[in-house]
Amino acid sequence: MKYLKLIRANLFRNKRRTVLTMCSVAAALFLFVTLRSVLTTLDDAKEVGSETRMVTRSAISIVFALPEAYYQWLQTVPGVDNVTWASWFGGVYRDPKDFFATFAVDAETYLPMYPEINVPAQQREAFLAERTAAIVGSGLMERFGWSLNQTISLRSSIYSPSEEWPFTIRAVYEPTNPSFGDENFFFHYDYLYEKSQYAQPGWYIMLLSDPAAAASVAETIDEHYKNSRAATRTETERAFQTGFITMYGNIGFLLNAIGMAVFFAILFVAANTMMMSARERVNEQAVLKTLGFSDGLLFALVMTEAAVITVVGGVLGVATAKLLFGLTGFQGAGFLPGFEIKWSTAVVGLVIAVFLGLISGFVPAWQALRLPISQTLRRVA
Amino acid sequence: MKIPVIYNLRSLRQRPVSTLTTAVGMGLVVLVFIAMMALSRGFRAALVDTGSRENVIVLRKGSDTELVSGIGRNTAQTIAAVPFIARGPEGRPMVSPEVYVLVSLDRLTEGEALVVARGINPEAFEVRKNVEIVEGRMIKPGSPEILIGKSIVDRFANTGIGDKINFASRDWTVVGHFAASGSAFESEIWGENEQFMPAFRGEVFQSVTFRMEDPSAFESIKTSLESDPRLQVDALREYDFYAGQSALLSQILNFAAVFIAGIMAIGAIFGAINTMYAAVGARAPEIAVLLTLGFRPFSVMSSFLLEATMIAVLGGLLGCLFSLPINGIVTSTTNWQSFSEVAFAFRVTPDLLLRGVLFAVVMGFIGGFFPARRAAKQPVVQAARQA
Amino acid sequence: MALLEVRNLSKVYNRDSQQIPVFEDIDLSIESGEFLALMGPSGSGKTTLLNLIAGLDTPTTGEIVVGGENIAAMSRRQLAAWRSRHVGFIFQLYNLLPVLTAYQNVELPLLLTSLNKRERRDHVTTALGVVGLTDRADHFPRQLSGGQEQRVGIARAIVSDPTLILADEPTGDLDATSADEILTLLQRLNEEYLKTIVMVTHDQRAADRGHAVMHLDKGVLTR
Repeated sequence: MKYLKLIRANLFRNKRRTVLTMCSVAAALFLFVTLRSVLTTLDDAKEVGSETRMVTRSAISIVFALPEAYYQWLQTVPGVDNVTWASWFGGVYRDPKDFFATFAVDAETYLPMYPEINVPAQQREAFLAERTAAIVGSGLMERFGWSLNQTISLRSSIYSPSEEWPFTIRAVYEPTNPSFGDENFFFHYDYLYEKSQYAQPGWYIMLLSDPAAAASVAETIDEHYKNSRAATRTETERAFQTGFITMYGNIGFLLNAIGMAVFFAILFVAANTMMMSARERVNEQAVLKTLGFSDGLLFALVMTEAAVITVVGGVLGVATAKLLFGLTGFQGAGFLPGFEIKWSTAVVGLVIAVFLGLISGFVPAWQALRLPISQTLRRVA
Repeated sequence: MKIPVIYNLRSLRQRPVSTLTTAVGMGLVVLVFIAMMALSRGFRAALVDTGSRENVIVLRKGSDTELVSGIGRNTAQTIAAVPFIARGPEGRPMVSPEVYVLVSLDRLTEGEALVVARGINPEAFEVRKNVEIVEGRMIKPGSPEILIGKSIVDRFANTGIGDKINFASRDWTVVGHFAASGSAFESEIWGENEQFMPAFRGEVFQSVTFRMEDPSAFESIKTSLESDPRLQVDALREYDFYAGQSALLSQILNFAAVFIAGIMAIGAIFGAINTMYAAVGARAPEIAVLLTLGFRPFSVMSSFLLEATMIAVLGGLLGCLFSLPINGIVTSTTNWQSFSEVAFAFRVTPDLLLRGVLFAVVMGFIGGFFPARRAAKQPVVQAARQA
Repeated sequence: MALLEVRNLSKVYNRDSQQIPVFEDIDLSIESGEFLALMGPSGSGKTTLLNLIAGLDTPTTGEIVVGGENIAAMSRRQLAAWRSRHVGFIFQLYNLLPVLTAYQNVELPLLLTSLNKRERRDHVTTALGVVGLTDRADHFPRQLSGGQEQRVGIARAIVSDPTLILADEPTGDLDATSADEILTLLQRLNEEYLKTIVMVTHDQRAADRGHAVMHLDKGVLTR
């Protein structure tokens, strides 16, 4: 602690150099935690799927619908408490590039199964009472500037694409779990059925009375429909969600590779700074040794100096990222629901900053440790 | 009077560690930039190469992907009868109606993917110039046989010749592998239309693709097809259609490339600034001598700018060098626009390498600017006293 | 017993594969409270001898016994600790840390002790008082004249009350007036505060300020 003044004085020796290096580290750490957060967000998205809900979809792939008749039989499956269904609508509001998820659901059975869709009781009643009503996530309301009870129209990229479908927003939900996303749009399946002859359930969701029975329930259902026109594949909702995430492919590898490149690039910048400043201070270090500062103490002082630069830069970078993404509500254009820089990610970032400091400071610290006193003094005098 | 370049070269050599660490730092930035752009271009190339400028693809009106399109048999027959379709060697029109669905298959590595299963007739190989069977044989009409695109073969199970894959509740025998010059078709499974229709969506195709007799007449062909009230279709040049399918993902990748490389560049530039300031500081006596001799301050400034740029170019070349091994590495992802899995290779092109070096030059220039100006503005007397 | 006893001291440098002897077989004895000047032509090894006594370097052969301890046998770490307690070194070029104020420069040796902040402040204030620079405590070296810088150097050398004060050409870079001030200060330290001082110098007038003069020439030390 008492050496703090000495370390600080050395850092301010060349303010510009210290500040620029800190900013470099800040930029690198900003990038680091952002990339890592993409991965943590995707990981969390897997967690949205609950273990007590199961999804039954067409065995071919999710793009094939299932018959409405399945609803009756699914309710009779032992271990299944409730059944509901949903369909992908592919809704577009004005610009197709402004993506958001739209679902046609059997509202009476769907809402009880998804407590994540948290709406005030009054709005829920209003929604259930009206066929053309919609429940919209708070984030989506904000994105498009919609207000409660407003009537908007969407087009569907799947059903009669040239037609405009009017909806009245009767409820706004706040997700109880951020990974569920606050930019989803739900409306009545009945409305879809009324307007399109192609309306069919996209997938069924069942609530299990006992999560441990998941495997046997899945087997029962899939066996039953195995040789029918529309064979099914049943799995827990978690597995279903995970399936989607794996469709991204090897994004983890790519982001980690970039992270490594970033780390090394900044390591070089920081190490260069430390070496430049060490070169200038050789004489002073010899003087300190003359006064009795031990080799080990000087080693520690140089390492600490390097660590201070990288940790301050690291804190700056991580804080900027956390603030920036927090304030702008960035969600990767809908692909990264609930995106945030978590505290655990911030900690990882800071640990990396510390390592950066230790590695970049090592060579100059070692040189300081080994510095021969009289030879150095003689060189200058 | 210009300061000789050899001065800069020698000075760089005198501080090898500083020069190299700065250069390598910049090199890594250039590497990341090139790698991400190569990813984006590889993806786009795979998609863009898929479509030909001489072909027209017809979809149901308002469909933005083949997946949601539906064209009944009658409509398909009407389209096949229009006069602007080119004729094949045996006089048959070069038109290919196709079923298009997505099938969920488990990857050999973890996870699953939605793979395109396309129904074809033999004409498909005529209409699409760049597709050919490289192993095995063509499917026999009336059999549940399939062809597997080259890039699927290594990444999914049961794809060898003679193997059976199960989907849509039946077994399909793999009889051949096909290549399509790296385009998106190589990530597809092809089977016979008549076999796929009952298995999937019934008596409906998703698209009709044909070769134009006169490609320059596209506009009139398009108008003719789209205004026909019996048809209710959209007609696009196949090239444009597939290019459009790549738009979203390649935009995201481009944005990511610029964003990531841009922020890294900030770090690298700051490092360069430090290095150049140190250089200018250490060489104050030399600068004083140059100024005393009569070299103009502007020459001094450009000399240091040049030196900074030289470090940057070195870095840029290193980055290019490091990026060469990436070229051709195959990766795959889901094109969320079409919802289908597509494999593609990183594409490092000479023009991309050039951009990488230019990027480095810009970094060096920005990094060297203020230190170079400081060198030029140095008061001669002060510098000389330091000497 | 003498405060400092040097026996059979020799120093040989190994540069590449060459052996360069500086001096061989030197004996020296210094009593507590002495003010000794060490003179000799350039390259005679007087700075080397001073560095050896200060524990900044180790001899090739011989013993250096200070207050009963043979420092020639100590490891680098032991020497560092020993230096912090027993040696106050004054340099020709002052060698103050430019990033620290005068106060902070003088405080440096005390950071190696277990004194708390208040105790350190007392010692530093005293030392600065002795050299007459109390009002310049918060100035940086670049804001001081040469003579003032050297006085800070002396304050730093005495702040931890070391056994020996060693000075390497303390006035070599100063004008006549400042040099005079410094030498007077050193004399005061010796006569009033009873500090033992060994000073390497070129200047005969500086050497005359001490009790005795030693000459080191061609590896031979004469009193």
